[in-house]
Amino acid sequence: MAQDNSEIRYLTPPTVEIKKKKYCRFRKNRLRYIDYKDPEFLKKFLNEQGKILPRRLTGTSLKFQRKIAVAIKRSRHLAMLPYVTDMLK
Amino acid sequence: MAIIQKLPTFAVDFLLTKYLYMLNQYETVFIATPVLSESQMKEAVAKFKKIVTDSKGEIVYEEDWGLKKLAYPIQKKSTGFYHLIEFRAEPDQIAKLEIEYRRDERILRFLTMKMEKYAVAYAEKKRARKSAEQKQENE
Repeated sequence: MAQDNSEIRYLTPPTVEIKKKKYCRFRKNRLRYIDYKDPEFLKKFLNEQGKILPRRLTGTSLKFQRKIAVAIKRSRHLAMLPYVTDMLK
Repeated sequence: MAIIQKLPTFAVDFLLTKYLYMLNQYETVFIATPVLSESQMKEAVAKFKKIVTDSKGEIVYEEDWGLKKLAYPIQKKSTGFYHLIEFRAEPDQIAKLEIEYRRDERILRFLTMKMEKYAVAYAEKKRARKSAEQKQENE
């Protein structure tokens, strides 16, 4: 019986998940400059392989996505972030 | 020059400060080899500071980050001494500084960046916060 119940619930979910609206954290927090000397912060915009995450995942606005990309590249040049890795986080 | 002499002193002061303000502010970070001793490192820092000041640059701030681990090996070295200098200078002096960086074998990597107005504001804020923290620690 218990199994049946769970199956029914799966087919007709009682609550429809409300999509959380993404927002640009720089716009919201009024940040104007992205520091390349702070690798811990920049890691939020990288995946495990050290690649830059796309805008559609992070919700960053175009203006700041460009700035993030530049900051990450500067940081990589100074060996504060890796160019290629595995298991960054 | 003749025009400047006729101006009142406050006007000259104003123009001078305006001129200083007009200079671009730059930020340069370099990584030196970990093989260096402390005195050798100090000497290298002094050398680059001298290059900046000799070309009529004005050092705004400098910071020593010490020996740090590199995210990937550079010239088969896994650590390096980081040093940051913030300065104001004429744009054509940057090429001179970078040539010196390239000539110097002790330097593994360097990066010079022109600071836009938000970067300057950010750096000033960061410095103010840091000095406030130090004050608190002293008390």
